[in-house]
Amino acid sequence: MKTVTLTLNKQPELYLECNDITPDAFAGKTPAEIAAIEIWEGKQKIPLGDFFTVEGSAGATPAETKIVVAGDCTRVKRIGQQMTDGEIVIESDVDMYIGGWMKGGTIHVKGNADSFCGIGMEGGELIIDGDAGHHVGAAPRGEWRGMKGGVIRIGGNVGNDTATFINGGTIVIGGDADIHISTHGEGGTVIVKGNAKGRVGGQMVKGEIYVFGTIENPLPGFKKIETVERDVEGVQAQFDHFIGDLGERHPKSKGQPVYAHLYVKA
Amino acid sequence: MPKKIENVGCPYCGVCCDDLVVTVSDDGRKVLEVENACAIGNEIFQHASSEGRISLPRLRQPDGTYKDISYDEAVDYAARVLIKAKKPLIFGFGSTNCEGMAAAAKVAEKAGAVLDNCASICHGSSFLAIFDNGYPSCTLGETKNRADVIVYWGSNPAHAHPRHMSRYSIFPRGFFTGKGHKGRKIIVIDPRYTDTARVADIYVQVKQGQDYDLFNAFRTVIRGEDIPDEVAGVKKEQILQVAEILKKARFGTIFYGMGLCHSDGRNHNVDIAISMTRDLNDFTKWTIMAMRGHYNIAGPGVVWAWTTGYPYCIDMSKKDRAYMNPGETSSVDLAMRDEVDAFFNVGTDAGAHFPIEAVKHLKKHPWITIDPNICMASEISDLHIPVGIVGVEVPGIVYRMDNVPIQYRQVLNPPDGVISDEELFERIHQRISEIEAEEGITQTSAAAAGTQTSFVGE
Repeated sequence: MKTVTLTLNKQPELYLECNDITPDAFAGKTPAEIAAIEIWEGKQKIPLGDFFTVEGSAGATPAETKIVVAGDCTRVKRIGQQMTDGEIVIESDVDMYIGGWMKGGTIHVKGNADSFCGIGMEGGELIIDGDAGHHVGAAPRGEWRGMKGGVIRIGGNVGNDTATFINGGTIVIGGDADIHISTHGEGGTVIVKGNAKGRVGGQMVKGEIYVFGTIENPLPGFKKIETVERDVEGVQAQFDHFIGDLGERHPKSKGQPVYAHLYVKA
Repeated sequence: MPKKIENVGCPYCGVCCDDLVVTVSDDGRKVLEVENACAIGNEIFQHASSEGRISLPRLRQPDGTYKDISYDEAVDYAARVLIKAKKPLIFGFGSTNCEGMAAAAKVAEKAGAVLDNCASICHGSSFLAIFDNGYPSCTLGETKNRADVIVYWGSNPAHAHPRHMSRYSIFPRGFFTGKGHKGRKIIVIDPRYTDTARVADIYVQVKQGQDYDLFNAFRTVIRGEDIPDEVAGVKKEQILQVAEILKKARFGTIFYGMGLCHSDGRNHNVDIAISMTRDLNDFTKWTIMAMRGHYNIAGPGVVWAWTTGYPYCIDMSKKDRAYMNPGETSSVDLAMRDEVDAFFNVGTDAGAHFPIEAVKHLKKHPWITIDPNICMASEISDLHIPVGIVGVEVPGIVYRMDNVPIQYRQVLNPPDGVISDEELFERIHQRISEIEAEEGITQTSAAAAGTQTSFVGE
């Protein structure tokens, strides 16, 4: 695997939108060609080389390309959007849409990420060491088919609207989650290792949620049916098992209704 | 001889009362009397002929005072601000007509601006819920003629929409509702015991910020499942009682307001209200409607959805595509994150309605206010361009809260020389084209080329 290192050498006045910082866009290009890739600041198109120094070289294919982004990227959006393969490492905090609509490969953010990271995700792995903002792994606005696959791992806390309309894939949150987890969910798994504030699994049809801590305001539409022993993320523990959302429609399988499952550590 | 004009539309709230009778002086300069309007609507007509109206654009001078300039100079200034900015924001449109909104959309597209309307700080969350979950709505006429159960959830029309209850929901006698108030059940759900709650048959006091949980409880019992003894501060018995009334209605309408749109969860509160409305249609006919605030705030949603594909928060900075994602492209977020570098406040008062931090961020850049009145925004602007008052001095199409278009009339002449929003935006559009042609610049390179004008406040 070959590595391209981008270093942000000056801060934009507004924000940079860099949807072409992906192994897909970089593969097979020389550093000069990479520096000529266009990024946006507002309505202006600017060559990537105006803001980033480009070192190293890209592989022949996305799978053979690793991108390291250095410098303070708090005002850089959309890195790794729609990437299909390869690897991106972001050394600092980063702004919105990291790994949005990604289909494969790996993104590792060593700081915090702002909102909308991993929205509309279909595959691959997105790792954020720090906190993430709102709408982690959620569906884009108006889209009722949300995250389809892949894994998102957040080390710290997340904001609200995690995994809205989730259909598949896994989201693991190391810290606490604000309101709305897996709202309208139709599949997939969300694991919250800390506490959840409320509205966990509202309007959820199918899928699973695990909460290791407490839920401050549990919804009335979830009913406890049993206490079970589960091995989740390498932790063996007793969980209270709830089914729901009993206020929502539920399909039938072999004559039996299919519910969403909420497990709260007993 | 004073002139009496009948069937005049009211430029105040989303109810769009179109039964006003306005008497004007024979020179067409002064409103003498307004019949049928509420106190606030009345005041808007009276204000038009009051002293102290601004009739020329005013440009901020280096010493901080305003100086009158011509419309041509103002249009040129506005055009140059739009060309120079990397990402201008054009916000407002609560109080103008659809013709003005369409012209503004043309300008925003040409300038690569973000185009947003007051829904962004109001019923925008309703749009998001409607995108996700549909909108089983009706017209106000259907409610008046058919509804026997009315729910006001998180809205207080007694103060915000003064004639809503008397024209459409509680009191009028309609085709199938000949008994008027006596034939209707009124349910008010609100954390506060409001003046609307005083006329309710049933008042449900939900805990603030827990509307979603209460909707969830209603949906659960409507499906025949059990719920805890108390949800969101409301006893199970009352939830069951209200659920029965909802199921047994012949026709019901849920009117909801800022209590859902601006408490925790926002669009999700509206979303689950829509889900509940859908559930109730398994039993009988239920509809839901947003209590839109201004008389034509439904207008930009209709006009821009038609012209750009999105109703609000429309980022057109990429020229070949429009993009919308509130949280990123919404006005307050853009301001708070320092993501725009010019601000147009049109037919609203961002100075009064935005968080002070957002105003401070916006004030770092050129700020232009387009509004008939002196308001907080006009007083901190670099340029204030007065326009005629729609519905009083300027006619045009407006959309009522149920998305029914109504033709508004002109009852007075505007102050001499004052133009409409539509004409102003058409002239700005024209001027941008002229400047670009003169200076041989393409739109995307404009900022890079540094179109040289220095702006006060920079």
